[in-house]
Amino acid sequence: MSALDLDLIRAKLSEQKGRAFWRSLEELADSPELTAKLAEEFPSQEALWRDPLQRRSFLQLMGASISLAGLGACTRQPEEKILPWAASPEATIPGKARFFATAFPLGSSGQGLLVESHMGRPTKVEGNPLHPSSGGATGVLAQAQTLGLYDPERSQTVKENGRIGTWADFLQAVSGPLEVQRGIGGAGLRILSRTVSSPTLAGQMRGLLTELPDARWHQYEPVNRDGERAGAIAAFGRDVACRHDFSKADVVLSLDADFLVRGPGAVADARGWAATRGARSGATRMSRLYAVEATPTVTGSAADHRLAVRHSEVHAVAVAFARALQLGAVAGAVPGSFAHWKWVRTVAEDLQAHAGRSLVVAGPEQPAAVHAVAHAMNRALGNVGLTVVYTEPIEPAPIDQTRSLRELVGDMRAGRVEILVVLSGNPVYDSPADLGFREAFEGVPLRVHLGQHEDETSALSQWHVPEAHFLERWSDVRGHDGTATVVQPLIAPLYAAKSDHELVAALAGNAAATGYDLVREHWRAEHGESDDFEAFWARALHDGVVPGTVLPPLAVALEANIDATVKSGDESGFELALRPDAHVHDGRFANNGWLQELPKPATRLTWDNAALVSPRTAQERGLADGDVVELRAGERSLRAPVWIVPGHAERAITLHLGYGRTRGGKLARGAGVDAYRLQSSDARFAVRGVALERTGEQRELACTQDHHGMEAGLTGEAIQKRLPDILRVETFDRFVAGHGHGHGHGHGHERKTLLSGEEHQWDGHAWGMVIDLTACIGCNACTIACQAENNIPVVGRKEVARGREMHWIRVDRYFSGKPESPETHHQPVPCMHCEEAPCEIVCPVGATVHGKEGLNEMVYNRCVGTRYCSNNCPYKVRRFNFFQYADYDTESLALLSNPDVTVRYRGVMEKCTYCVQRINEARIEAKKDGRPIADGEVVTACQQVCPTKAIAFGDVNDAASEVSKLRSEPHEYGMLDHELNTKPRTTYLSKVVNPNPALERLGGGKDGEERH
Amino acid sequence: MSQATTPPPPDETRTAAIIRPGHSLSSVTDKISKIVLQRHTPRGWFIGLGISFALVMLLLWSLTVLLVKGTGIWGLNIPVGWGFAIINFVWWIGIGHAGTLISAILLLVKQDWRTSINRFAEAMTLFAVACAGIFPLIHVGRPWLAYWLLPYPNTMDMWPQFRSPLLWDVFAVSTYASVSLLFWYVGLIPDLATLRDRAKSRPWKIAYGVLALGWRGAARHWDRYETAYLLLAGLATPLVVSVHTVVSLDFAVGQVPGWHATVFPPYFVAGAVFSGFAMVVTLAIPLRKVYGLEDFITMRHLENMAKVMLATGLIVAYGYAIEIFTAWYGGSEYEMFMVQNRMKGPYATFFWALILCNVAIPQLLWSRKIRNSLLALFLISIVVNVGMWLERFVIVVTSLSRDFLPSSWDTYEPTFWDWSTYIGTIGLFLALLFLFIRFLPMISIAEMRMLVPAEEEPEEEEK
Repeated sequence: MSALDLDLIRAKLSEQKGRAFWRSLEELADSPELTAKLAEEFPSQEALWRDPLQRRSFLQLMGASISLAGLGACTRQPEEKILPWAASPEATIPGKARFFATAFPLGSSGQGLLVESHMGRPTKVEGNPLHPSSGGATGVLAQAQTLGLYDPERSQTVKENGRIGTWADFLQAVSGPLEVQRGIGGAGLRILSRTVSSPTLAGQMRGLLTELPDARWHQYEPVNRDGERAGAIAAFGRDVACRHDFSKADVVLSLDADFLVRGPGAVADARGWAATRGARSGATRMSRLYAVEATPTVTGSAADHRLAVRHSEVHAVAVAFARALQLGAVAGAVPGSFAHWKWVRTVAEDLQAHAGRSLVVAGPEQPAAVHAVAHAMNRALGNVGLTVVYTEPIEPAPIDQTRSLRELVGDMRAGRVEILVVLSGNPVYDSPADLGFREAFEGVPLRVHLGQHEDETSALSQWHVPEAHFLERWSDVRGHDGTATVVQPLIAPLYAAKSDHELVAALAGNAAATGYDLVREHWRAEHGESDDFEAFWARALHDGVVPGTVLPPLAVALEANIDATVKSGDESGFELALRPDAHVHDGRFANNGWLQELPKPATRLTWDNAALVSPRTAQERGLADGDVVELRAGERSLRAPVWIVPGHAERAITLHLGYGRTRGGKLARGAGVDAYRLQSSDARFAVRGVALERTGEQRELACTQDHHGMEAGLTGEAIQKRLPDILRVETFDRFVAGHGHGHGHGHGHERKTLLSGEEHQWDGHAWGMVIDLTACIGCNACTIACQAENNIPVVGRKEVARGREMHWIRVDRYFSGKPESPETHHQPVPCMHCEEAPCEIVCPVGATVHGKEGLNEMVYNRCVGTRYCSNNCPYKVRRFNFFQYADYDTESLALLSNPDVTVRYRGVMEKCTYCVQRINEARIEAKKDGRPIADGEVVTACQQVCPTKAIAFGDVNDAASEVSKLRSEPHEYGMLDHELNTKPRTTYLSKVVNPNPALERLGGGKDGEERH
Repeated sequence: MSQATTPPPPDETRTAAIIRPGHSLSSVTDKISKIVLQRHTPRGWFIGLGISFALVMLLLWSLTVLLVKGTGIWGLNIPVGWGFAIINFVWWIGIGHAGTLISAILLLVKQDWRTSINRFAEAMTLFAVACAGIFPLIHVGRPWLAYWLLPYPNTMDMWPQFRSPLLWDVFAVSTYASVSLLFWYVGLIPDLATLRDRAKSRPWKIAYGVLALGWRGAARHWDRYETAYLLLAGLATPLVVSVHTVVSLDFAVGQVPGWHATVFPPYFVAGAVFSGFAMVVTLAIPLRKVYGLEDFITMRHLENMAKVMLATGLIVAYGYAIEIFTAWYGGSEYEMFMVQNRMKGPYATFFWALILCNVAIPQLLWSRKIRNSLLALFLISIVVNVGMWLERFVIVVTSLSRDFLPSSWDTYEPTFWDWSTYIGTIGLFLALLFLFIRFLPMISIAEMRMLVPAEEEPEEEEK
């Protein structure tokens, strides 16, 4: 007996388009075959079945008999084999995490990762220590990718004009038009991708273009290498990539380059840079960083001297350096109005004094001339081959992307485009406003969009195909030095998603190709025909790096004549700098709650972008934080709230890209304003002659740190006065001279106590943490890594504005010095795990107690939520679940949680645990071996992710441990310890800065004498 | 039964001004018991109870929303983890101080002018403590587990944490509430017997009869009653001091600048008496007017209470001064900033309003004329009540909003639900008070009769 043919039903269902309703499985299976089978099986009842009126009684009868027969038919199981893990797959142990190597592609390159997987679901991203772009750490964006994978608003099915469709429908729908294109050599076919970083995909594209020679492949994404590329061509006559080695540079000059957090090699660069600034007892050398920039950035805040100039003035500064260094090859004069000669000459002297051990880097938003001058300076300073190496570009098909996009729009306008396939970009939203991409796009007869979200572009496309997340697909990508990594999936696609490899293969007529086969074939070809491919492949997947793929240095000759003429621009009004956002990037991560809620480095703003202005501009224009202004550039205008940032260039405004999305998810919509509307394709990162007008409106912005401490009056004074208790800063000279520490309340300070002689002795392991403020650049990676590791919920803009953000480790930001040229300091603040913890004695139910290894432990089950502990915590590191913040309901987010960490309920206090789950894991391993936990075995999430290794963790009872050594440094101190005697286990190393004495005498940059 | 409730001979000294001459034992009994036993209920009572009851409904609504959604409906945040709930708790507990002070301490020191006000002051204490008691329960994040603060044997084998002042609070407040209730009830027993004897309808006779616990007014009853009452007064007396001392320790034990001060216990006790007396005055003035009790609650009472307010107000002012002095003398940057921030920071308005209400305006009470003006006294008592609430706001909120690390400074803005819960408890307080004055004698009949001059022999009471 075979009542229902489930295969048939499945096949029928998958053929359905849109919303087809069926009343019963029977109706669905109402096929001639079924009817025939029925007639065969139940000949006497056939008449009943055929009569619709009698069918019900037939089914009733059958139902009764089936139940009587004890469901003897046993046909309900699908016929595919499903197997219980009676014999578990190798190494799969419930509760035990496994790590797989893969890479996070972004822009032209990718960062190697090790992704933690629990029973088949990726939960946490870590850096791959073997990968040169990671070295075990990651930046902020990579950390948020697990949430991106489980984003409940990811697009889940193929859609045709907004109706649910299938991949098969899509293939069928495009097959006709593609056939037409094959006939005409693809003359009407255009593919617009982001920067393609995958060698395999580039190979597929080339294959497709060989087949359809008249088709065109365009690449565009807002954050691209156009400036660098043009600069390299201007300087060397060809495109090259620069690889920097900051660990060998004693003096670094950044020309608007936020190299510590941006770009393919940011993590490696930040680590290299920090290695030259390890102020430890006995240190004799420390590098010095000069930064020229308009917008306060992470790199600017880390600089010993920062010159705030407008975006366009950086060019003049670069030319001034060329003149000061007497670079004959650079043509161009410094404008007469140039006001920073002294600064430039002093810095140039410092660079010259460190020839061969210096480095000049130019920012990607700067025009070609600035890059060219930087190349010429590095050449003249003898840095080439030492601190800077040139290689072939990392991406397989480097092009001028802005020109490419402009050509595409031209073709679309001219009606030359029949089919446009948008491969995982969102050009309707993020292309420069003057190109009119949207209008041109709507004129294309067949528009196909591959994307992870239903966004602005998919809304205007006939076909939308969900794109597989990089954690659920095969691909490959190169690191910043060219090292290739095979991107391997951690999980099967959650939805009916396809990768770009698969879509391109389908366009080429090979719809059956899988990403796995394509990538493997590519590398088999690369590897050559030899027998050891399987071993090579397994090794590459295991290690996350393909050996021997580092790009070799390239010898390039400097052009004899580099034109760096400073062209005059519109000097009226303000100059608006447009920058990619540190967290939502170009807008693609706008629906990621972790990134949205992560405070921006310079402003501590969350969930919004804002028009950043200097305090003086705000004063002159009578603007306060949150005042909405209208920015007008030509006929384009935009309303944006203002945010005041000390250290911002004068007569300038900064607006970050990636906000003001109209589609793409609940979180993306309604966050911030769309700066692309002011972007023009000929100067994508600066708009000159912008008028600013107050509108009288106000918008509430959610900031996690209300006071910048540069305020006049009581508040500002109080903040400056107490800074030395909180965040100590000293110069390297003083540090070396040995009187830079202490200031009367550091080491050597007698602890006054009434309990003398009765203090607790800590035996066994005693966990402690030391945070080196010199190394900390304030990139926030620790905050988001902690969020991912510890199941920290997202609370939303409104709750952040009310002061209820949940981050267990926050990065505090303070300013000192003068408001127009302030020093910026960052201080990560996790729980201090005080030995004399003020929180513990006030809890009436004993929900926060001290562990015997010195951890200040939170017992969620016992907590009734009096919040007394938080009131009494001088560091305010405790976080309270005012509402049910943790999402218990969304199915996909349940997969995201770290199973080793409790998901907290409403009404419960929580805080940093020193990643107690990791300590316990190490303890179990150590116990199995019957030994104590070794130094370095416990790595906290914040420590692991830190690009500059600013965080050390370990056993303070073990004199040989790294953390013990750091605790005995002369500049180690406990925050507020001398005031409150809390004996914090988390302590700090003072921030040591290395200002140039010559520049301090000029009064430029930072003032070392006034520092505390 | 005619002799059943005859009290022992009254103390004849100093009774002149605390009960208007001309009253006899029966006229006292009649006048006070009539308020309870009369058939006719004034329309004003219904209106008053109606409004109060509506506010009780607002309270229930607010509490329902709180339980369903969570503590987040209030304006709390990190750093300001405590807000209206704790402010209101301290405020109500403070108000609850007058009753016991009047009943117990003034009894022990033989201030018999207390007699006409002690009953409703005690009732007010109970109701205020009831209102106060709501807040610690609901302000926690998981109110359904608030009983974990009690030391009870349990399968978790867990005790509360005895070092926490919040736990001391649990003991102090619950002890205070139970002793106050007992004291009030014991004092009521002879009067309940009077009401039993005088009630016309059977259900009331039974109700009062049960509550009177078989009081017959025998000499032995009186003897034991007097002893018990005195003992309870002795028990209650230390509580007057201990409750608010413990409440003040919630703050003083913390290390937050603006909380961590040794002056807190005496200053909080004085503040509590200050606000308690202010509340008694606020209630006594309209009550005596509406129910024609000018004979029993005379100007002498009001003037005495005004004097107590003046004295305790001065102690409170001293507390403020000492706080500022120690902040300066202690030399701590954080304490000094706390003082400056109170005076000039975002909540400066609250601070100066508090100084005006609690320090400046009460100085008017030096004038006998003001002390004898009903309107002025009434207004001042309200101002003091507002001022004492502001004091708690300033202590709780301004201290927390800006403590040690400027990075976590934030402000607290009360939400609709903060206000609705607060106003709701005022409604609860008033509703209980309305019920009390309708169903129980608001002035102690038995004690008032002791004050009737001895030469006025009691008339024969009707059977």
